Amino acid sequence: MVKEIERAGITVVHACSIVPISKTVGANRIVPTIAIPHPFGDPNKSLAEEKILRRELVEKALYALTTAIEKQTVF
Amino acid sequence: MVLEKGDILIEDIVFGPEGGVKGHCLVLDQKSLKQYLLKRDERLLTAEISLARPGESVRIICVKDVVEPWCKVSGDKTGEGRHHILKNIAVVTCGKIVGFQEGIIDMSGSGALYSPFSKTLNVVIDITVGADIPPHEHEEAAREAGLAAAQFIGETCRDATPDTITRFPPVEPETISADLPKIVYVYMLLSQGLLHDTIVFGQDAKQGLPCIMKPQVLMDGGIVSANCVSACDKNTTYHHQNNPVIHELNTRHGKDLNFIGVVLTNELVRLAGKEASAAKSIELVKELNPDGVLLSKEGFGNPDADQMMIIRGLEKAGIKTVAITDEYAGADGCSQSLADVTPEADAMISVGNANERIVLPPMDRILGPVEDLSSLAGAYPQSLRDDGSLEIELQGIIGSTNELGFQRLRCREV
Amino acid sequence: MASKIKVIHCLNQFFGGLGGEEQAHVTPRLVEGAKGPGMLMQSIFPEVEIIATLIFGDNYVAQKTDAAVEQVLELLAPHFNDAAKDQQAQLFVAGPAFNAGRYGLACGALCKAVSKRYLIPVVTAMSEQNPAAAEYRRDVYIAATSDDVTGMEQAIGRMVPLGINLLHGEKVLPETDHYIARGQRRNYFSSQSGAERAVDMLLAKISGQPVLSEYAMPVFDRVEPAPAIKDLASARLGLVTSGGIVPRGNPDRIVSANAQNFGTYSLNTLDTLSKETHQTAHGGYDPTCANENPNRVLPLDAIRELEAEGAIGSIHPYYYATVGNATSVANAKQFGESIAKKLLADGVQAVILTST
Repeated sequence: MVKEIERAGITVVHACSIVPISKTVGANRIVPTIAIPHPFGDPNKSLAEEKILRRELVEKALYALTTAIEKQTVF
Repeated sequence: MVLEKGDILIEDIVFGPEGGVKGHCLVLDQKSLKQYLLKRDERLLTAEISLARPGESVRIICVKDVVEPWCKVSGDKTGEGRHHILKNIAVVTCGKIVGFQEGIIDMSGSGALYSPFSKTLNVVIDITVGADIPPHEHEEAAREAGLAAAQFIGETCRDATPDTITRFPPVEPETISADLPKIVYVYMLLSQGLLHDTIVFGQDAKQGLPCIMKPQVLMDGGIVSANCVSACDKNTTYHHQNNPVIHELNTRHGKDLNFIGVVLTNELVRLAGKEASAAKSIELVKELNPDGVLLSKEGFGNPDADQMMIIRGLEKAGIKTVAITDEYAGADGCSQSLADVTPEADAMISVGNANERIVLPPMDRILGPVEDLSSLAGAYPQSLRDDGSLEIELQGIIGSTNELGFQRLRCREV
Repeated sequence: MASKIKVIHCLNQFFGGLGGEEQAHVTPRLVEGAKGPGMLMQSIFPEVEIIATLIFGDNYVAQKTDAAVEQVLELLAPHFNDAAKDQQAQLFVAGPAFNAGRYGLACGALCKAVSKRYLIPVVTAMSEQNPAAAEYRRDVYIAATSDDVTGMEQAIGRMVPLGINLLHGEKVLPETDHYIARGQRRNYFSSQSGAERAVDMLLAKISGQPVLSEYAMPVFDRVEPAPAIKDLASARLGLVTSGGIVPRGNPDRIVSANAQNFGTYSLNTLDTLSKETHQTAHGGYDPTCANENPNRVLPLDAIRELEAEGAIGSIHPYYYATVGNATSVANAKQFGESIAKKLLADGVQAVILTST
């Protein structure tokens, strides 16, 4: 999916837990997330801590979208 | 320290008031088993027990686990002593869908070619639990009921005389032949959360692995499936009890290879965990210093990444590796099959395309929660046709693309 | 005597007898009966009858493929649909093209188009070295031939039986029917279990014998990275997830594995996702965490916060969701294309796609 969206000319960041798969499939902007069942969270943390973590990951994804790259890049 | 498995070959099963082995027939005291199961776990509301024999027009749905009834008749330590095994009998637990990935067993028709449990005499236990039981406990209750039933049934063959005895002797250094290649088996277990776990000697496989294990210890029945990954490539407890790779390597030990050990490893949910487990597995393999490694898998998708990391590391260390996988190549077989690949994976065994579709004929009897049928993984809302036949992917059939290599199914390019 | 199999044969200007390179520009034409290699075909296989031969200039087809394909489909029309029974084509055979690149490309393109338009079996033949073999092997059955015309008899001997088997709906295999493998995966039952085959393969690999992997590693295609977003504060952002986050009750019944569809769900009135409003339909991971707080998979709460602070210009009013569990690449590609269209139509410049 990520490749087709990029092929259409839209800048896309793939936020995923298992980076090697994303690399194999061919996403260009990759942001590693926490874990498969909870990419943007961590049930071991308090809700407030978890929210901070989630916001940081989203900020990182936005940073990736605004960063020029020439090849596949893991942020 | 030798482990022995004494197989008692069973050819038929019937219900009867006095349980036990009569010749090659198993008599099962259905009433006592039911009472035993309901009494030992108050979370169970009902436990309906039925029999399903090969060739019968029976479909078992929402299967959670399959267990072979064993009875340890001698030996106090793990990895030694003797088990009596009711061969051809399988305890099959089923019940309401909890994790989407419960599966189907057909006892006849086209689907029966794909599941190993279409060929066994099945004691089917349809379990319901109280409405207030949360999903993880629901699964635990079902799992424990299956294990308890297998133990209850296994107990009836304690005094029977085995038809055949297989020995799993320890591999002593002096029995290793210098002329034969040394082989290590790397055994990957799914371990991704309470609904996707495997239990190793009572411990969650997320912890304490990877580690080196002696084959005869593993064959002592220490691995229990606790997951609802897709039915086709979930390793049920029965598969762990009868691991075909260990069986094959043990049989050929001293003939054309030396089977020098097993590295048991997990498949975690975090990338760092995956990398650490792969690195540790590779270290442990190097300690054993084999010529070659055989690598099995459980599940698909993210476990492909675990498998590829291990293959890459072993091949880079100069250790020849063969790995078993299934494929998800789409219903037409034209898509890429794996989520992750690596050029070092040049010797793969493919046990089938799980997306391939099959039409299962209608059956006279359906065991299990029929209302959940079209929610099974591999099924579609329109799967159930008006005439009662069912179009599904092989994915929905228990054990159809087992990645321990239990089946003969294979996939190829055409 | 049973009636013969009606074949339309397709040749380039050279084999069709029009001439050499100087005739390579000619437009397609249809003539009655067999020509050149077609005569040989009828003499080796008396059960086939070539009712017409299509002859084209190979430069013309290779250079103006789309126009040529349309012309050919028009020319062939009288042999389909309402044609008299003795003029109804049953099988389309092109070549053999051996290692001739332009001829091979023309055969591939015409076979593909004829099969799609007229729904009859098509078969061509060429060398595995022919660049057209890599281009068309997935779409068309291509009998494997030698590099040059010395293998004419063998090529016809492979191409015709392959076509007849396809016509009769027989299952064919690359090694027994001598065609170039099509990259399609099919299940069958081996005589040995997977574990037995694995041990045999490992021993062979250790002893240095060549081993044939049962699954050769594929090559994934690549896309050029899109340019960076210059000013996110004025850009429109779209949200997509393969983590199966859907409104509670899963209204589009997205299946838990090998999804056949994706869902389009409104974000208009939402500042966050909760267990009351959303859930996961994904069957590949433990759903507990995601069901408790769906923001853990699709972080809407954090994104809305950043939007309110002005870091993001605006959010596309829908999010798109599917289940990445055991979903084939072909389906995922198709979802991606459809979603991209909808996003472009709304002026979306940037996308966050989350996966589990």
